Amino acid sequence: MAYAPTTRHLLRAKDLADARYFESLDVNDMARAAGLSRAHFSREFRRAFGDPPHAYLLTRRLERAAALLRNTDRSVTDVCLSVGLRSLASFTTSFTRAYGVSPTAYRASFPPASHRARIPWCVQRAYGRPRYSTFR
Amino acid sequence: MIKISTAQLWVDDQDEALEFWTQKIGMEVRSDVTLPELGDFRWLTVGPAGQPDTAIVLMAIPGPPVMDGETAEQVRNLMAKGFAGTIFLTTDDVQSSYEELKGRGVEFSEEPEERPYGIDSGFRDPAGNSVRLTQPREDLA
Repeated sequence: MAYAPTTRHLLRAKDLADARYFESLDVNDMARAAGLSRAHFSREFRRAFGDPPHAYLLTRRLERAAALLRNTDRSVTDVCLSVGLRSLASFTTSFTRAYGVSPTAYRASFPPASHRARIPWCVQRAYGRPRYSTFR
Repeated sequence: MIKISTAQLWVDDQDEALEFWTQKIGMEVRSDVTLPELGDFRWLTVGPAGQPDTAIVLMAIPGPPVMDGETAEQVRNLMAKGFAGTIFLTTDDVQSSYEELKGRGVEFSEEPEERPYGIDSGFRDPAGNSVRLTQPREDLA
């Protein structure tokens, strides 16, 4: 078997978190992707990337959630589920800890997603045109 | 400088397309907004994680008054026949992308094959649109 340094295995776990954060992924799955025992994996991951794996996975999810809050009009519950988190209460708590404001307040601090979406003028013109009606 | 920002793909069902492009192909949601003032038009875009300024808009085939019924039917037909448009994607390892996507149930119409320009494969989205996935030959870059 070709030699691959541990960091390369750890990167596989990091890539997994980046790619599949919206699934019910946990540190065990990351350790499996790296092919290391859980305790050894957590230590080595932290040494290589600065954060323990659970923190990396959570902040990846929170970063994606923040983007969805800014760029979509999905409900906070939907955003929470869309990033692979099951509990709305713990999502709200960890989001608030990371961003200093609740998900709702974070969203309110940006212009509405429909303004940020930059929907092309040709689309607005086509879809905004009313149906012709002869009724009064 | 002129750049490509967004390309459009007609889709049958936006929710199905969204699930396909994010969960199976691995793209990010860039924008998902529904506008009541435009007859509940939904602007839904996805893009690759590494290319924040490029997106694909997954456009539902509209009804009247935007598009008359006959035209909508024609577009639906073209799409089902695979002639409504193609997206050309690249990857640095087509064999591993192929296996990963196939494992998630993506319907490949062509397995990775050596071509003069690289290793090329093709799959379809749920609506029938053709998507190419290519590992370009590095020496031609």
